[in-house]
Amino acid sequence: MAATNEPTIGEVKAPPEIEQETRADEAPVDPELLALPPDASFNEYITAWLKRVRRGESGVLPVVGGLIVIVIIFQIERSRFLSDLNLVNLLQQSAEFIVLGMAEIFVLLLGEIDLSLGYSGAVGAAVMAILAYPPINLSWELAIIAGLATSAAIGFAQGQLISRMRLPPFVVTLGGLLFWEGFLIWVINNQSPSNGGSIRINSATIYNIVNGNLSLAAGWILLAVGLVLFAVASVTRDRRRRAGGLVAPPLSLTLAKVVAVSIAGVVLVWICNANRAAFVGASVKGVPWVVPIVIALVVAWTFLLARTRFGRYVYAIGGNREAARRAGINVHRVRVFAYTLAGVTAAAAIIILDSRTGGVTTDIDGGQTVLYGVAAAVIGGTSLLGGRGKMIHALLGGLVIATIYNGMGLLSLSTDFQYMITALVLLAAVIVDAVSRRGQAVT
Amino acid sequence: MTADSTAAASQPQEGNVSRSASAGRETNPGKDGQADGAPASDILLSLHGISKHFGPVIALDGVDLDVPSGRITALIGDNGAGKSTLIKVIAGIHEPDRGEIYWNGKRVDIRTPHHATELGVATVYQDLALCDNLDIVANMFLGLEQRRHGLLDETPMELKAKETLASLSVTSVRSIRQPVGSLSGGQRQSVAVARAVMGDAKLVIMDEPTAALGVSQTAMVLELIQRLAASGIAVIVISHNLIDVFSVADRMAILYLGRLVSAGPASDYDRQSAVEIMTTGGLSERENGAHGAEAAV
Ligand SMILES: Nc1ncnc2c1ncn2[C@@H]1O[C@H](COP(=O)(O)OP(=O)(O)OP(=O)(O)O)[C@@H](O)[C@H]1O
Ligand SMILES: [Mg+2]
Repeated sequence: MAATNEPTIGEVKAPPEIEQETRADEAPVDPELLALPPDASFNEYITAWLKRVRRGESGVLPVVGGLIVIVIIFQIERSRFLSDLNLVNLLQQSAEFIVLGMAEIFVLLLGEIDLSLGYSGAVGAAVMAILAYPPINLSWELAIIAGLATSAAIGFAQGQLISRMRLPPFVVTLGGLLFWEGFLIWVINNQSPSNGGSIRINSATIYNIVNGNLSLAAGWILLAVGLVLFAVASVTRDRRRRAGGLVAPPLSLTLAKVVAVSIAGVVLVWICNANRAAFVGASVKGVPWVVPIVIALVVAWTFLLARTRFGRYVYAIGGNREAARRAGINVHRVRVFAYTLAGVTAAAAIIILDSRTGGVTTDIDGGQTVLYGVAAAVIGGTSLLGGRGKMIHALLGGLVIATIYNGMGLLSLSTDFQYMITALVLLAAVIVDAVSRRGQAVT
Repeated sequence: MTADSTAAASQPQEGNVSRSASAGRETNPGKDGQADGAPASDILLSLHGISKHFGPVIALDGVDLDVPSGRITALIGDNGAGKSTLIKVIAGIHEPDRGEIYWNGKRVDIRTPHHATELGVATVYQDLALCDNLDIVANMFLGLEQRRHGLLDETPMELKAKETLASLSVTSVRSIRQPVGSLSGGQRQSVAVARAVMGDAKLVIMDEPTAALGVSQTAMVLELIQRLAASGIAVIVISHNLIDVFSVADRMAILYLGRLVSAGPASDYDRQSAVEIMTTGGLSERENGAHGAEAAV
């Protein structure tokens, strides 16, 4: 019966209809929506979205919901939580968590981690402060650029070690954490032996990054410009897709999004522009500079990840490094560049922190700071396993951490509780991630 | 029937490759295949003495193979014979320990997958090599992204991906923007095949391209392979499904424990003799005849 003994393997069976649902974090347009007919209406889109949420594909909903719950709890406990003064305070406090979270996301997307970002960013910030201080007195622009470049160089060097020498990122950056802490102490003590391990921020501009405010008019104008750009970009993208014969959301949905963002922006500027001075007769108002700076950074890095080849390759390497290599991607270069960008962004985060506190000190706990950065990213929804995450996650996660920090401060709870509560929130975020992923069988 | 030794296998038979193949399908003369009709001019890729070991495992042992343009070369052999390793050498994933590779008659070193892509090699890997977190379009264009003003240009990529998938009669995917990790095994394989045939490769390599496919998709892929060859592209197909292999292949190359033990026009083989060589290295064939074939199966 030789004829029946064919050595065949190709099974004959029809491909099953797929049922699993997914989170397409990096798709420029929601895949569920793209499955709709090209002429789907506003209502059909809303229905499709609600269906997705009900199936457990909530995206950023859990963290937004969690944030609202935390805010309500604090507001019930302390009615001054939602005061203008405290809300602006909260924005200023959240900036460093958000930016550090973004720094960490570059590395987390690769499926790796950088534990050194707190201290490597602090070294960059120290270089900036020293250059802006007598006797050097460099201009603030050059001092900041030098600070960012220093941390970029650190990220580049560690990235080279990790990628070219194939060393584990955890160990290399743990070494970096220790090394740059030592280096920071050495540099600061060397520079100002008499100041007890700190260097004052000597540039008014750098100090004002967090502590200065835009004029009332400037706040509104900036908002208007930002909203127009956002609206034009959204509508243009849809039009391009439709012109190419592809599915795009209906105009009404896009406009609804623009309106929602506009309302949020107006409320933000409104709160910041109210007089929030603690004393009667005094006047403190205006959007803190750091707010547009952070938003611009979120937009820029989101754009980099979503619209450039580099960003696409970061996701690809995090998803399947061998597949990325076989696709001809220069994996070394992309990884080293990601570590370099993480370094630059970490420097920005610590510069913001130092601007808020008014000085660079050896007391900074870079080990804990970097874990807050990781926590911000993960709480926002970025996966520790690589390949899944967005810059907006750092924004949301950073706000959550700052809110806990701020609210616990108002309740005069000490740091022991702050740490424990933050840890619980982090745990909750990881659980939400694990549960939402369970439905998706990834072969 | 077939020669026993590697050295004798490929060279003497080149002469009747084009002749026997032209009987079945329209001939496609190579770039410089003019009046002389020298078969060597059709050879796109030529491997000489390729060896590769992983630690103590000798995966490839002095493999000689010529791959002509416009022809389908079937690479067959038992599990672990070295088929995947051989095509990974061609695709720039493994550097061979020894041996030479000639591309259009010119000596080349294929050190990286990028270099292979630049030469015009497109590969469907046995493990598919897809990024589960990226959507279908992003996977199909990975490393080949189209750009406009330096930025990713999604619209033409999405249209091209749609068109290619439709030509493979892949219609069951819900959205072309869904992550590949959410696809069925067959759908994933279709994406990998679509990726390889989408560009303008000169050599398309497929390692088990139909293993997870249903009837109609398998038929489409086989037909596509034939279309590729008819348009002058060199194709290497690896498959354990000998029915499929014999229905499309112009040439056979049989690996046994890392050695290329037999190669020649497909018409020189039938399924039994192929199985016999795959499982025994072809050494017992002459003496045992049909009896050996039965024992092997
Ligand atoms: N990366 C590797 N490291 C170590 N050994 C390897 C590696 N790749 C392949 N091998 C070994 O090389 C030999 C040939 O493997 P290969 O994958 O080429 O076989 P194959 O012919 O493709 O088999 P199959 O039909 O099962 O796909 C096997 O013994 C295998 O164990
Ligand atoms: Mg194989």
